[in-house]
Amino acid sequence: MTALVEVNNLSKAFGGVHAVEGVSFSVDAGQVYSVIGPNGAGKTTLFNLITGLYTPTSGEVKLNGESIAKLQPNDLAERGMCRTFQQMQICMNMTAIENVMLGRHLTLKSNLLTTLFRLPSLTRGEKAAREKATELMEFVGCGEYLDTEASAMSYGALKRLEIARALAAEPKVVLLDEPAAGLNAVETAALEELIRKIAEQGITVMLVEHDMKLVMGISDRLLVLNYGRVLAEGTPEQIRANPDVIAAYLGG
Amino acid sequence: MMAQFSQFRLKGLVFLAIVVFALPLFISNPFHYGLATQIALIAGAVVGLNLLVGFAGQISLGHAGFFGIGAYFSAIMTSNYGWSAIPALVVGAIGVAIIAWTVGRPILRLKGHYLSMATLAVGFIIAIILNNERELTGGPDGMPMPAFDVFGWELSVFGQYSLFGMDISGDLAWYLFAGVILLAAVWLAQNLIDSPIGRALRSVHGSEVAASVVGVNTAKYKSLVFVISAVYASVMGALYGHFQGFITPSIASFDFSILLITMVVLGGMGSTIGVIIGAVVLELLPQVLADFQEMEMMLFGLILMLTMIFMPKGLLPTAANYLNKRRSKSAGGDA
Repeated sequence: MTALVEVNNLSKAFGGVHAVEGVSFSVDAGQVYSVIGPNGAGKTTLFNLITGLYTPTSGEVKLNGESIAKLQPNDLAERGMCRTFQQMQICMNMTAIENVMLGRHLTLKSNLLTTLFRLPSLTRGEKAAREKATELMEFVGCGEYLDTEASAMSYGALKRLEIARALAAEPKVVLLDEPAAGLNAVETAALEELIRKIAEQGITVMLVEHDMKLVMGISDRLLVLNYGRVLAEGTPEQIRANPDVIAAYLGG
Repeated sequence: MMAQFSQFRLKGLVFLAIVVFALPLFISNPFHYGLATQIALIAGAVVGLNLLVGFAGQISLGHAGFFGIGAYFSAIMTSNYGWSAIPALVVGAIGVAIIAWTVGRPILRLKGHYLSMATLAVGFIIAIILNNERELTGGPDGMPMPAFDVFGWELSVFGQYSLFGMDISGDLAWYLFAGVILLAAVWLAQNLIDSPIGRALRSVHGSEVAASVVGVNTAKYKSLVFVISAVYASVMGALYGHFQGFITPSIASFDFSILLITMVVLGGMGSTIGVIIGAVVLELLPQVLADFQEMEMMLFGLILMLTMIFMPKGLLPTAANYLNKRRSKSAGGDA
């Protein structure tokens, strides 16, 4: 069986700074796979490389065995990869549910003619998209905000909304970049529950996260980055026992 | 029932239709009809430009160029080659679509000031060509354009027509025609906005990154809306030319491009009815201030600045916001 996401010797340099250097790992379908490391270790850069926002200096990323070099983020979405952002990317000029319906973009095949004359096929598709989006917003726990303007929502609700939007695209793998950042303990517990539910649906989850309790609790495997290089890789038990990891985190 | 209506998708269109068809009850002077017709046709182009600027968050400082190409292509084909008005208008619009697509693909990669400069240049190039190709366009002196015709039937401001048994003057007939065209333009624009394509366009404005990670090909959608707004300008330009009977390169000028953008900003970016109000205000203003004609551009600049500072959302959205606040305040007072 080939891995769903395979990263081979991936490097990215910004000028003289090697943000990611020679990173290799692979993620099997259905896993919860977390990337951890101190601030500035290159975690978000790694996510940006995997999702096509950055072009690697060298190395390659494969999704389902296919190299994603030269593919744009929207091509990757078509191939089943979706993500959320540490700096949330929400369309503040839309309502909450419109943001989630945007996630249905690829499943809504519409042409200009049906659109301009608003033919019945369009309204049917929109109705179905709205139902699906409502369902997803309830699933992530922001069902009470359906027609609220996104700009009027709280930070925690927007974080969940962004996850709902990613799920709306029916991805095979979803990458969550620091979903727990800025959340309180109760919200983080709810998030942990949500990630579990997502994984139960057979969606592979990749996670960048600082909250160790959260990460150790839900991950099948972990990758530890430090100064852009792989420090360790393995199951939560292996990582917890790894002396290098302890040193990097405790500054030993 | 009122609550139901306030939820209605096309309530703006209904209000606009009432205004368009009620206006002849209040005016009868040919000059006023002429002014109203001109406003309706320009407003149609502004509705198209708003799709690009207000909804997709891009900019074009050269849109008068597309208006000009539409007008001149129709003028040349109908005057010099004996084409009928509608085929000329349609072929002109297709030509403009091709030009806009070709130009749009590379320049819409640019953002902010760079995109402004690139579209400005497109407008300048078109204006220069219209000014210099004297043999084709008559150069700065302009060229005449025949009346609009449909299957041999002519629509001229000097004609006399009958509609539902009523005798109506050519001025009124043109006004009603332009009004219906504007309503159609608004209806199509509103349908476009309330659709997956419209959502994709607004997401390009809201967050291009968010749009792309859920599968929106942002480059494609930016080009698409650029083409659609250029086609709006082209069609309205052709009709405007037929209505005026004579066109000069000033309709493709930088000044006119700025006027179109000012209408969008003043009326309210992203508000289809708002930008029409913007067009009405900025077309009526020079009539009211006819004595200060040489200061017109200065005045428009001042309006643009004041709008940006005091009501960046534009006239209609600001007014609607204010009314909503007052309503909820008085509702709160009652409780």
